[in-house]
Amino acid sequence: MDSLFDAIRDEGFSRVVGPVARDGAIVYRDIASAADLPRGVRDRQAPGTYRLESQEDGVRAFSWANGAQALKPLTFAPRETLWRCERDESGRLAFRDLAQEHEPTAVIGVRACDLAALQIHEQHFLKPPYPDPHYAARRSSLFLVAVHCSHPADTCFCASTGDGPRAESGYDLAMSELDEGFVVTAATDRGRAVLAAMGLDPASSVQQGKADREVEAAALGQGRSLPSRNLKDALYARLEHAHWDHVGRRCLSCGNCTAVCPTCFCHAEQDEPALTGETSEHLRQWDSCFTAVHSYMGHFLVREETRLRYRQWLTHKLASWHEQYGRSGCVGCGRCIAWCPVGIDITAEVTALMESGDAQS
Amino acid sequence: MHNPDRPVEVEVVERVEETPSIYTLHLSFTDPEVASAYRLLPGQYNMLYLYGVGEIPISIVSDPDHEGPLEHTIRTVGRVTAGMERLQVGDRLGLRGPYGRGWPLEEAEGRDVVIVTGGLGCAPVVSMIRYVLSRRERFGRLVILQGVKHTDDLIWRRQYERWQAMPNTQVLLAADVGGPNWPFSVGKVTVLFNQANIDPDRSIVMLCGPEVMMKASIDRLLALNVPAESMWLSIERNMQCGIGHCGHCQVGPYFVCQDGPVFHYPALRPWLGVTGF
Repeated sequence: MDSLFDAIRDEGFSRVVGPVARDGAIVYRDIASAADLPRGVRDRQAPGTYRLESQEDGVRAFSWANGAQALKPLTFAPRETLWRCERDESGRLAFRDLAQEHEPTAVIGVRACDLAALQIHEQHFLKPPYPDPHYAARRSSLFLVAVHCSHPADTCFCASTGDGPRAESGYDLAMSELDEGFVVTAATDRGRAVLAAMGLDPASSVQQGKADREVEAAALGQGRSLPSRNLKDALYARLEHAHWDHVGRRCLSCGNCTAVCPTCFCHAEQDEPALTGETSEHLRQWDSCFTAVHSYMGHFLVREETRLRYRQWLTHKLASWHEQYGRSGCVGCGRCIAWCPVGIDITAEVTALMESGDAQS
Repeated sequence: MHNPDRPVEVEVVERVEETPSIYTLHLSFTDPEVASAYRLLPGQYNMLYLYGVGEIPISIVSDPDHEGPLEHTIRTVGRVTAGMERLQVGDRLGLRGPYGRGWPLEEAEGRDVVIVTGGLGCAPVVSMIRYVLSRRERFGRLVILQGVKHTDDLIWRRQYERWQAMPNTQVLLAADVGGPNWPFSVGKVTVLFNQANIDPDRSIVMLCGPEVMMKASIDRLLALNVPAESMWLSIERNMQCGIGHCGHCQVGPYFVCQDGPVFHYPALRPWLGVTGF
């Protein structure tokens, strides 16, 4: 594993970000070596629950599913200055871009669900005619080392959305972790350069087979699922379903689900003038469709009630997303289930909406 | 990569007080190169930035071929518009745009253009009205139907009177509550449809105003045999970025800032009037 760190740095990626166990969760932080990885750590996830367990004899560094965040904050920053306005004494305004300098960074331990979400965000932020240079600069600074999932959490359902547990594309290197080491494949030229520099022995067919079987088992072992990869028509037919009230009464409208969701992209724009009065920065900051101001219209709110906010979130994620991006906005990571303080489970809510055949009940 | 979020500087060259809370700012680009490259379509909007306070989307009421400053009619509603109300000639703002889809100019050629508006002035259609009036021979009748709550709410009354005097142009106004000097109709805008003699086959209808008013008007127009395909409407949502990134302005599958603000009615029909979208 340390040969990977050396090869990545030699390829020019001076910063390495990876998973560490901190404050009771897997978080992605700057790491120096393989010793920082969460060896022997397992995660236990359930609706409204996230716990880490340590296994004394555990040899694996990736025997967990995910934490609250992974790639999203690295590409779509929680707060980003979009431009600065300078005002001179006569009141004239000059608008300036800020330098986009991001240290070349390798991210180790990227999951299939997060790669799928990354591809959605690339579509959203880089689409013509207004590709976002802030997103582009952050994205292009990254070298991605995926790790296929062998230990999904109880909240995971990526097999049903088609996004995991195997990382299929979007990475530079992908690894399968076995007890005796890693099976590594490269998908890009720079990935192949790193792989060659690591000087690994070719994986045996036995090792490769073991790695494949673990990922297959990880898919079969997932207990949760969505009933279809395209729920657009089914949800559009149920916009007045009584179940929206039911979930609306439980939902706290806190926005945790949108904060941990790797595909949620809503952001608010705001201005921060300096006390000198000479400059003001225009920022964007993560926002949530569960806040009241998200639908603020000056004289009214489009979505005053929580049930309408939940319906907006779910129908955007699973229905209108298809029209906007050609696929569902859910990658099956299960984060919204685990990090919901009242344990609302997107797969259970969809099941409840679908079970009643009467769309207008 | 060009930064699409960054505004350019404009200067207030004229300020017109329409009512105590509605004002029109005439804005000129301070960079002549930017000014000569700027192109707009009727129904589009700009993001205007007040230094240190923020940005808001504002309709452009100028004709696309009009040379000189761009006119923006603004009603004081929130923080940014309250600050902009105090601007004077010579003050500077930021501007980026124009954004979004405007009115269907090609579809409207050769047809009767029926404009239905409610509320205050309804800036998004003014540019279209000006477009038709300055290319009069390319269109059939121009019918302007405007509803207001109170007779005091009608801004641009002189402008309406001027439009009324134009050839082949009919202006019909209705106020929910009439008054002693109100020569027009009393009631909702829908009371005007019978007086308008709308030819359902020749007309293209453009609506702008509160969504309940537009929905009621559309129902009335459908009853008069105007096809749904002949109707277009401009709607409003919380627009913060203008470029389809920030997510606030969604209505069903649409980002109003880019897919709108002008929509073909059949495309918006499933969402119009559904609470929460």
